[in-house]
Amino acid sequence: MRTAVIVFPGSNCDRDLAVALRDVTGTAPAMLWHRDTALPDGLDLVAVPGGFSYGDYLRSGAMAARSPIMRAVAEAADRGLPVLGVCNGFQVLTEAGLLPGALMRNAGLTYVCRSVRLGVGEARSPFTAGYRAGEEVTIPVGHMDGSYFADADTLDRLEGDGRVAFRYLEPVNGAARRIAGVVNERGNVLGMMPHPERAMGPEHGGGDGRRLFEGLLEAVN
Amino acid sequence: MKSRIFVTLKPGVLDPQGKAIHHALDGLGFAGVESVRQGKLIEIEHDAAVTDEQLDGMCRRLLANTVIENYRIERG
Repeated sequence: MRTAVIVFPGSNCDRDLAVALRDVTGTAPAMLWHRDTALPDGLDLVAVPGGFSYGDYLRSGAMAARSPIMRAVAEAADRGLPVLGVCNGFQVLTEAGLLPGALMRNAGLTYVCRSVRLGVGEARSPFTAGYRAGEEVTIPVGHMDGSYFADADTLDRLEGDGRVAFRYLEPVNGAARRIAGVVNERGNVLGMMPHPERAMGPEHGGGDGRRLFEGLLEAVN
Repeated sequence: MKSRIFVTLKPGVLDPQGKAIHHALDGLGFAGVESVRQGKLIEIEHDAAVTDEQLDGMCRRLLANTVIENYRIERG
């Protein structure tokens, strides 16, 4: 499986994501700079990492969403390429219009950094292929702007179409309907606030994040 | 000339920062404050050739996130 990780100025989870992808796929991902204008041929996944791209100027993810590489990512997503956005990557994907809604300041106004319990949704997506719907998993979060917001009609549609990939099972950030991750209509784009790359095995306190990458690998093959 | 863009949260969108500011005002003893909403003011210096339509495009494509925010343009 060939993967790529996008790197913006201010990204800080790009290497963690790269290590996770290398561990699971056996191949180091291509690291793409925000000014690049094209993706390498033959990719099976593009990952947009966590961090503070462009210093969170204007809104979290707003500047990164308008960077040259994101035009290529959007075109690839339209063609069906799996695209994963974690944390700031989720913010970037919503700002780029690849996913509905927006991520707002946490309800408690504090940075939340801890492992949280999540429920796996019924999303039909290669990203949740490694889990059972309704299963409880534990994956860490680390964010200040993670409160998912969308208007009521959009939330109803996401839930009705089974596009909620992960839901918090405990209060975390005030997210609408406790949504932690959503997929696009086609299921090939996932945005999630929790960090699967920080739950890759016992040394991380658990391996529930690894299963996302393993499930994806199996689904892609 | 200088145009001013006011970006505000849509009604119904929670504003925890506005709430915190409200609490702080209460703490300072300012009575009668009913609610506080925080927004942004963006000032843009531009020449006369920039059209209203272009200013509107700047708001829609970057300055405001219309999922959560409204904007108002005060042309200079």
